[in-house]
Amino acid sequence: MTTTALRSPSRSRAHKRRRLVVRNIVVGWSFLLPNFLGFAVLTLVPVVALFYLSFTDWNIFGHANWIGLANFRRLVHDDSFRIAVENTIYYTAFHVPLTLAVSLGLALLLNRKMRGVAFFRTAAFFPYVTSIVAIAVVWNMMLSPEKGPVNHLLNVIGISHPPGWSTSTTWSMPTIIIVGTWREMGYFMLLFLAGLQTIPPELHDAARVDGASAWQRFRKVTLPYLRPTTFFVTVILTIWSLKVFDLILVMTNGGPGQSTLVLSQYIYKTGFENSEFGYASAVSVALFFICIFITAIQFYVNRRRNR
Amino acid sequence: MTTTTRVNPPTGIAGIAAPSARKPSARSRVGRGLGYLVLAVAAAAVMLPFFWMLLSSLKANNDVFAIPIQWIPKTWHWNNYVHIWDKAAMGTWLENTLILAVAVTVLQVLTGSFAAYGFSRIRFPGRDLLFFLYVATIAVPWQAYMIPQFILFSKLSLSDSRWSIIALQAFGAFGVFLMRQYYQSIPEELNESARIDGMSEYGIYRKIMLPLSMPAIASLSLITFVTTWNDYLGPLIYLRSPNLWTIQLGLQTFISQYNADYALIMTGSVLSVLPIAIIFMLGQRYFVQGIATTGLKG
Repeated sequence: MTTTALRSPSRSRAHKRRRLVVRNIVVGWSFLLPNFLGFAVLTLVPVVALFYLSFTDWNIFGHANWIGLANFRRLVHDDSFRIAVENTIYYTAFHVPLTLAVSLGLALLLNRKMRGVAFFRTAAFFPYVTSIVAIAVVWNMMLSPEKGPVNHLLNVIGISHPPGWSTSTTWSMPTIIIVGTWREMGYFMLLFLAGLQTIPPELHDAARVDGASAWQRFRKVTLPYLRPTTFFVTVILTIWSLKVFDLILVMTNGGPGQSTLVLSQYIYKTGFENSEFGYASAVSVALFFICIFITAIQFYVNRRRNR
Repeated sequence: MTTTTRVNPPTGIAGIAAPSARKPSARSRVGRGLGYLVLAVAAAAVMLPFFWMLLSSLKANNDVFAIPIQWIPKTWHWNNYVHIWDKAAMGTWLENTLILAVAVTVLQVLTGSFAAYGFSRIRFPGRDLLFFLYVATIAVPWQAYMIPQFILFSKLSLSDSRWSIIALQAFGAFGVFLMRQYYQSIPEELNESARIDGMSEYGIYRKIMLPLSMPAIASLSLITFVTTWNDYLGPLIYLRSPNLWTIQLGLQTFISQYNADYALIMTGSVLSVLPIAIIFMLGQRYFVQGIATTGLKG
C-alpha cells in the first residue's frame, strides 16, 4: 500500500494536467469555431467536393452520374483547354519576372531618404486598391487603337503603326501583362520595402568602405538579405498569375478570338455559361494541381538554395 | 532565416566608416537627381490613368477622344455628375455595396481576431496542423473551387441574395492570418499575469488583446472593406437580381449598355473609385502596415 501513497501526488498532478489539456481543447476550439465553421463549410467542403464532381457529368439538370475519367480524357483532346493552359503560362512567364523587377526597383528607389517618397508610396499602391472595372475601362479607352491618347502620342513621336493593344490578337496578352503589372506592382513594392527595412545599414556602410560598388552591394548584401521576402513575393505572385481572371474578363473577355483565354476563364465559361459543372470541375482540378505543383517546386528550390 | 550567415561584416570598420560615407559628393548628387527623375516619371506613369479618368469625366462626350488630345476640358461639364444619377441606378448600387462591405468587414474582424487568439495563445493538439490548413488554402485559388461552391450555395438557397457574398468573403483565412501574425508580436507574459489574476481567456481576449491590437484591426478592416467593395467576380456569379447589384456589377453593365457615352462612363468610374480613394488617403498608414505584417513572416 505504500506504493499508492507514493504515487498519489504524481497521479493527481497527471490528473490536473489532463484536465488542463481538456480545458485547453475546449477553450481553444471555442475561439476557432465561429471562423472555422464558415471556413470549413464554405471552403473545405467545396474543395473536397471538387474532386468528386470532376468524375461526374453534372450539368444543368442537376444529375451527377459517375463517368470515371471521361472528363479528363476529354480535356486531353480539348483545343480550347490547351490554348487556355498556354495563355495562362504565357501570362505567368512574363508577368512574374516583370512585376518582380519593377516592384523591387521601386522599393530600392523608395528606400532612400528623399523628398516625396511618402507621396509616391501612396500613389504606387493606389492602382491596387482601385476596382478592376474602372481600371479596365480607363485603360481600354486610353489604349483605343484609333482614338486613344497613347497611340496618338506614339504617332507624334514617329511610330506610324502603333499596336492595336487589346483589340489585336498579338498585342492583347502583352496589354493584359502591362496593365496587370501596373496594378500589382505597388502591393509587392510594399512587401519589398518591408524586407529592405530589415537590412542593418551597417552592412552597407561596411561594404562601401571595402570598396564595393553599388552593384556589388546590391548583389552581395541586399539580395541575400531579401531572400525570404523575394521567395514569398514570387510564390504569391505566381499563384495570382496562374489564377488571373477578372482583369481579363473585363478588359478583353478572353478575346479577340481566344488570344487571352486563360484557365480560370475557361472554368467560368464551361461552368456558368454552358452549365457543364462536371467538366468545369475537371478543368478546375487541372488548375488546382498546376498551382500546387508549381508552388511545391518553388519550395523545393528554395530549400535547396538555403542549404 | 539562414541567409544571415552569408554576409560577414567587418564590424570594427563599420563604426568608423559611417560618417565619411555620408559626405555628399558630386557623384551622389548626380545619383540623387537621377533618383528624383525616375521617381517623377514613375509617379506620372502610375497616376496618368487616374488623371485621364478624372478629366474625361468633366468633358463633353465628343471631347473625350478629340484630336489633337485635349488634356484639360474646354468647358467643364460638372453636370455629368448630376446626369449620371438619372441614367444609372448609382444610388442603389452604392447602397448595396456599402451594406455588403460593412457586414463582411464586421464579421471578418470578429471571427478572424477571435480565431487568431485561439491559434496564437492556446495550446491544444492539432492546432498547428489546422493553422497550416488555413495558410495552405491561400495557395489554392478561389477560381479552382468556385464551381462546387456555387452548387453548394444554390443548395443552401444562398445564391442571388446578399448572404451569398457575406458568406463568401467573411470567413477568409486572410483575417485569421493577419491577426495571428500581430498577436505573435504581443508578449506572452501579459497573458500569463492576467491568467494568474484569475481572468478567463475570453476576458483576456476582450480586455487585453483586442485593445492592444487596434492597429491590426484597423488594417484588417480597411483591407477587407476595400476588397469587398472592389469584388467583381463574387457578385457576378451570385447576384442576378438588378436590385442587389453592387457598384462594380452596375458599372460594368452601364459600360456595356452606354458604350459610346465615354464621359459618363468616366463619371461613373470616378464615383465608384472615390469612396475607396478617400478611405485609402485617410488610412494608408494601416494599409501599409497590414500588408507588411502579412509579408514579413510568409
